[in-house]
Amino acid sequence: MDWQGQKLAEQLMQLMLVAFAVVAFIAGYVLGSFQTMLLIYAAGVVLTSLITIPNWPFFNRHPLSWLDPSEAEKHPKPQPASSGPKKKASKKVN
Amino acid sequence: MHSFGYRANAFLTFAITILALICAMASLSDNFNSPSPTSQVQVLNINWFQKKPDGDDEVSLTLNISANLQSLFTWNTKQVFVFLAAEYETPKNSLNQVSLWDGIIPSKEHAQFWIHTTNKYRFIDQGSNLRGKNFNLTLHWHVMPKTGKMFADKIVMSGYRLPEAYR
Repeated sequence: MDWQGQKLAEQLMQLMLVAFAVVAFIAGYVLGSFQTMLLIYAAGVVLTSLITIPNWPFFNRHPLSWLDPSEAEKHPKPQPASSGPKKKASKKVN
Repeated sequence: MHSFGYRANAFLTFAITILALICAMASLSDNFNSPSPTSQVQVLNINWFQKKPDGDDEVSLTLNISANLQSLFTWNTKQVFVFLAAEYETPKNSLNQVSLWDGIIPSKEHAQFWIHTTNKYRFIDQGSNLRGKNFNLTLHWHVMPKTGKMFADKIVMSGYRLPEAYR
């Protein structure tokens, strides 16, 4: 997933679970059936898990553009100078 | 939400927390129920009334217990436990409660009932105080929920009296 996808997955998960919980509670209360409430919520949990947990393609619509490996080799990583920082640290003010 | 495991964990935790919340709300909804139970008990017969060898009085009764406890049931009720207690005062104890009968009501349909029975549990005094004793018969109940808080209440029925002499 990309960053936008992760945010979408999290928001979708929270929204869907809360929505199913509200629907489940209202349905159970109105129908007078505790079992109905639990069944609707369980169905909502399963559905939400199928949509938000796996790495679906629609979560990767803003892919990060990683640098191509062949391009990276042309620009070697800068090496730290071996003597500079140590000398600076050991200088004392007289 | 970097990986499958991360998302699965966040999802499960949130789902279970929300489940706890809707169960709490279901329990809270029981407070909106204002029940109106009724009950009546007749003592049909005093079968026998003896003083036991150890000195304590014992009486056997035949009772007709009728009640309508249907208004106690809500969507969040698992069952109602009901029991009938004889309550009276003695010089030694300001309140004696002896359970004579109990039952479990599993659903609203069974909550309007009458039962013609001898006392299920023995009515034995701590001592020899029952001759001519005035006593109340109190129907107690516990509304046991599917989730959350249990409610208990009672109806006191007074005006019962035991015989003056053993028989």
